[in-house]
Amino acid sequence: MVLTDEQQALLDGSRGDVMAKVVKTLVMYGETFGAKRMVPVTSAYGHTVISFGLGVMKPIYDLYDTLLGGDLPAGQRFTADPRPLDDKVPASFLENLVFKKFMYNQQARYEAQLEKLGVTGDDGYTCTCYMDEVGNTPKRGEVLSWAESSAVVYANSVLGARCNRNSGIIEIMGSIAGFVPEFGLLTDEGRKATWVIDVRCKNRPEPQLLGSAIGMKVMEDVPYIRGMEPWLGTELNDAAKDYLKDFGAATASNGAVGLYHIEHLTPEAVDMGESLIAEGAQTWVIDDETLEQVRKNYPVIWKDPAAAPKLCFVGCPHMSLNQLKDWTDAVEAGLAETGRQQVAVPTVFTAPTPVIREFEKTPYAARLAKTGVVVSYICPLMYMNNPLCKSKAVITSSNKLRTYTSARYYTEADILGIITGKETAR
Amino acid sequence: MKVFKGRPVVPGTCTAEALVSREGFNTLASYQMALMFGDKKVKCGDQNNADIYKKPMGGKALCLPMTIGSTTGGMVLYAACAMGRQPACMLFSKHIDSLAASGAILGDVWTDVSMPVVDQLGDEFLQYVQTGMTITVAADGTVTVA
Repeated sequence: MVLTDEQQALLDGSRGDVMAKVVKTLVMYGETFGAKRMVPVTSAYGHTVISFGLGVMKPIYDLYDTLLGGDLPAGQRFTADPRPLDDKVPASFLENLVFKKFMYNQQARYEAQLEKLGVTGDDGYTCTCYMDEVGNTPKRGEVLSWAESSAVVYANSVLGARCNRNSGIIEIMGSIAGFVPEFGLLTDEGRKATWVIDVRCKNRPEPQLLGSAIGMKVMEDVPYIRGMEPWLGTELNDAAKDYLKDFGAATASNGAVGLYHIEHLTPEAVDMGESLIAEGAQTWVIDDETLEQVRKNYPVIWKDPAAAPKLCFVGCPHMSLNQLKDWTDAVEAGLAETGRQQVAVPTVFTAPTPVIREFEKTPYAARLAKTGVVVSYICPLMYMNNPLCKSKAVITSSNKLRTYTSARYYTEADILGIITGKETAR
Repeated sequence: MKVFKGRPVVPGTCTAEALVSREGFNTLASYQMALMFGDKKVKCGDQNNADIYKKPMGGKALCLPMTIGSTTGGMVLYAACAMGRQPACMLFSKHIDSLAASGAILGDVWTDVSMPVVDQLGDEFLQYVQTGMTITVAADGTVTVA
């Protein structure tokens, strides 16, 4: 890799040993992927995937202390993934004890570190930082130093920004340095599709299942997806963006997809069409049967697979304002059908703090509260990262949450049926 | 016995027992519970990976195509290194992915741990190697499977 004089000086220690190690890390990272140079980070904000102060991850926070003690340049400000704790979310006495005294006992230390490093504030703790209400929405072509798989795949695919699937810690180092190695999804070549996916479903494919199927098939490759027009149209409106948010999160967690193109819809596919497809790309056809098979293959790892659900999470990644409103309508309608006043299963909808604030300004908030559904800014994945949850029957419509925890996946329609008492979990 | 030649991403030497994941290795799902609760054997927690679910990963030669999943992957791998819970080495049949590379590099630059990482060993490597075989890694990326 060829460095500028300034970058070389940093590597040689002109700004101290810590900065030299930061640059060395970025250089090694780039050279592993054949990067020839560093390029400036051009977005307004970064985004870090690490938002949790886990007691056992102490080495991470020790490393951040080293960074903070290293006389580093003032880096880019950034948003962060959701916080792991919120008293509004139902938890037993024992769970609260485990969360606060054992698991997340480094939370205060870590948040103080993030503040010094430049986190944007309380509103910035969400995995969907790109939503308008949050304000970390990169422009097309901007170079990012982000981590958080669902946010990276959204920024690349839906917004047309350029970001590799960076890891936690590396993304902060890119924000500190102000430059990142140029390779992979930062290049035109790396953004070409090596898979063509033909969706031939008769029914609207569930975004979480379609994303899961594609992620497992293409792994880290870039898919060009055809046949979605009947379901998503050709305009990137709020409904399409919500669909793509949930779809993308599943491609990134069930596989390692960092960018997808949807024919006639996502910005690069609209501009460049099938010229985005690389020579020799493989083709895969998906139909309703494929998706049903994928769903059936998900393991159920509850201690008692026949247990009645004790908790339901919707919103991993965090929900949008429109999703909160749509779900409010749907829950109310479902309860009206079953004659219930409140949901049959304790249910938590998760969303960014500024989205919750906007939601609370609408009449929907009171209506949803009446159904018993709790709205929280929490990260459900972090909530479930404890052994007590293994014996707790948690259900979700999130494939990402299913992948990383013992939560059991159901389609959105099934989740609605279960929480409104129309159907029982099976 | 068979010899494979790959690219040393983090050069080093070691001899260890193979643990083989023929599917993408989900770093967060595999490590999170083991690290969180101090499991010294570092048993794999990824319910979706039938090859290695519940098998001890600590000190093994982890053979895999690539890693998948959350972008906490590199951080998790770094934490495993800093806590002494890392595999003996990581051997990739394909080109290493950005998350695994991050973790391996962070471990190399910011800790004193030695965890050799070799990639591009080829599909034949992953077809040949079986869990329990003995792996020897040389600094130039030569991997001997016996």
